[in-house]
Amino acid sequence: MATKPRLGKEAVEAKGWLKANKWLILRRLSQFGILGLFLLGPLAGVWIVKGNLAYSMTLDFLPLSDPHILLQAVLAGVEPHGEAIIGVIIVVVVYMLIGGRVFCSWVCPVNLVTDLSCCVRRMLGIRTSTQLSRSARYWLLGVTLILPLITGAIVWEMFNPVSMAFRGLVFGLGMAWVILLGIFLFDIFVSKEGWCGRLCPVGAFYSLLGWKSLLRVVAEDREKCDDCMECYEVCPEEQVIRPALKGKEQGIGPVILSSNCTNCGRCIDVCAEDVFHFGSRFANQKTNLGSAEIKTKEQTFSDAA
Amino acid sequence: MNGPVKAKVKGVNRRQFIGNMLKTACGVGLMGMGLGIYSRQASSLPAMAIRPPGALPEEEFLGSCIRCGMCVRDCPYDILKLGQLGSDDVVPGTPYFTARTGPCEMCVDIPCVPACPTNALDHGLTDINDARMGLAVVVDQETCIAFLGLRCEVCFNICPIRGDAITLNYQHNTRSGKHAMFIPVVHSEACTGCGLCEKACILEEAAIKVFPTHLAKGELGKHYRLGWKEKQKAGGALVTPDAEHRYNLPEGVRYDLQGKGLIMDGTEEVPVSSNPLDTLNDGNPLDTLNKGLEDR
Repeated sequence: MATKPRLGKEAVEAKGWLKANKWLILRRLSQFGILGLFLLGPLAGVWIVKGNLAYSMTLDFLPLSDPHILLQAVLAGVEPHGEAIIGVIIVVVVYMLIGGRVFCSWVCPVNLVTDLSCCVRRMLGIRTSTQLSRSARYWLLGVTLILPLITGAIVWEMFNPVSMAFRGLVFGLGMAWVILLGIFLFDIFVSKEGWCGRLCPVGAFYSLLGWKSLLRVVAEDREKCDDCMECYEVCPEEQVIRPALKGKEQGIGPVILSSNCTNCGRCIDVCAEDVFHFGSRFANQKTNLGSAEIKTKEQTFSDAA
Repeated sequence: MNGPVKAKVKGVNRRQFIGNMLKTACGVGLMGMGLGIYSRQASSLPAMAIRPPGALPEEEFLGSCIRCGMCVRDCPYDILKLGQLGSDDVVPGTPYFTARTGPCEMCVDIPCVPACPTNALDHGLTDINDARMGLAVVVDQETCIAFLGLRCEVCFNICPIRGDAITLNYQHNTRSGKHAMFIPVVHSEACTGCGLCEKACILEEAAIKVFPTHLAKGELGKHYRLGWKEKQKAGGALVTPDAEHRYNLPEGVRYDLQGKGLIMDGTEEVPVSSNPLDTLNDGNPLDTLNKGLEDR
């Protein structure tokens, strides 16, 4: 493995550096831009957005609330106010359209940490990985929803690294960096994509939210695939690619339908052959395969594989 | 699960599948229990942390506050902070203020309350004087300089509802024997727990402090009844009325405890004049005392 060229090198040669990093750059702009908007108030006194990812108010006009946190609160017995409800409707509708886990790769601050872990892991050539199931996150999601029912308190939000990290960056971090460091090291040495890809209940919630989302990555030109494996290498949820990329024989369409695809677009960037593009979930119907069974065929490759 | 076919595709047999499921479920279940128990332990509020006005009772508050920090942002005096992991012992992300360094200024429009999206700060609170963030307590009578006999009254004067929440009690200074002491007394029926008094206390370490109400306030046994209040409510004694005290005096003589003293019926004369000289100058004092008795 050590002799393998740097990930994305071929793509850079084929498409140029900018095009081979386009979605990565946009994603970082999105992540830092959102954080920047929240920090503009406390740091520069320009109050465009107030609050944090749990609930925010933009320009005293647009409320946005986190559906997972609000759901926990409701289970703990809260009756949210109108603005919080409007906020949650907006957020839910948007993520239902563009893919729930877009939150993970375009907004979540922990993604910066785990992406760095991945990078370090790759550089150090660490291959070990524990048998941590990718479905563990759904069990944890269940726990986060049961605990408020039992205790009447929003228990998960005392520990949630996602909200803690963002809140910490905007309001003061305290010792929350220890948790982030823990995740960083866990992802490097214990489990590949251990946090985002296996444990995080927030991601699990958002993946359910985007179960039927419109915006998808489509392996439109899958015939051009030269099996370089770089998309698998770079993908944080590599199991989602195979059905769409290699499923032609089984009659599976080229749309990545798994709700655990985070729409990060790294596969698009890293592919020298330009196999992948953003498209809609209905792109399956337009494929040259044309057979009726494709559009109804559910992917048999479970996320838990 | 539509078992064997699918399982074969994945190369996992049913036994392994169920085993893996159980392992994950147990692991996650244990983790959940751990989180739940730890959260119980970690959710006690330190005494110096005061919740913003309108905050629900602590346990309900932890079930309502989604840690968004909107109240922090809308506080015009910037006194509110969000709890941080490992640095202030307040549940991470929940808002509080510290009276000694930044007390609540008791804004009339209470902007922090409508900012809350979940009613963790009760939107029913519209008059800041009804807020009960905590309760001020004169915790140290040994250092409070009013108790040392000095004039201070700073806490009394800074109090936004002085005269109701803090009053001054006039006491005799038994040490000097000739001076007065002006003792600050907090009244829980009016104190909002804003903490301005604690901030203003002139001592190195404040002698008046605001605590969360449950720490500051005593509670009578449920069976306790205050006789004088019950009497007032009922408009009369609820038990056998007190028997009027009877003095064992000769007929025609009465005794008025709070008024005139000894009264002889039929004479307006006071047996012993208020001016002792009168009695002394008026012949035999015994005659005067016996006057009225002879008449019978």
